[in-house]
Amino acid sequence: MSTKKIAIIASKGTLDMAYPPFILASTAAALGYEAQVFFTFYGLQLLRKDLSGVTISPLANPAMPMPVPMPVMVQMLPGMETMATMMMKQKLKKHGVASLQELRDLCLEAGVKFIACQMTVDLFEFDKSEFIDEAEYGGAATFLEFAGEADVSLFV
Amino acid sequence: MDFDKEFDASGLSCPLPILKTKKALADMTSGQVLKLITTDSGSVKDMQAFASQTGNALLSSGEVNGTYTYYIKKK
Repeated sequence: MSTKKIAIIASKGTLDMAYPPFILASTAAALGYEAQVFFTFYGLQLLRKDLSGVTISPLANPAMPMPVPMPVMVQMLPGMETMATMMMKQKLKKHGVASLQELRDLCLEAGVKFIACQMTVDLFEFDKSEFIDEAEYGGAATFLEFAGEADVSLFV
Repeated sequence: MDFDKEFDASGLSCPLPILKTKKALADMTSGQVLKLITTDSGSVKDMQAFASQTGNALLSSGEVNGTYTYYIKKK
């Protein structure tokens, strides 16, 4: 049996949307898949050495369960994003869900390949030293080279 | 049931029980049995899926009061 492959594009940089790529990539690797994640646009934030800037906002996120109903006018107040992020992280921890850092480390340990979008790095004038050393840099053709042979291909 | 190694993943949510099971099996030799304990109700289907995709045999599974116990034989 040849090795299965999974190719994932991570295009979002918020706490909630950071989980699916890391969960699927790490689990796929545990199941014996060869896994590759291509981080583009805001998804590039997930390759930062310091993940503390990855947050979640209740604003424009009406499906997010809130302890009390909160009007949009309140959600936009200063500090609400910090509070929502703190509460979400506490909830994740309480329920035994791994932190992003832990999941990312498990991905790397399992041999998941991380490709950072070079165009995004140039576009936002990021400094590559802000990203983890394991990141490789490439473009759409790099992703498609792997995705073209993948059994599963996802855009997150 | 006899087992060679026990791993308690109680309190951990998806996908950690799978990832840690994979790690626990990595240190074992072919034919050895891992006893896995979880409190993740999603593990019922996930452990079957893990076994069928990795070729490790799920010898038995059971639940008592929200605690799930699996015996997995390494391929």
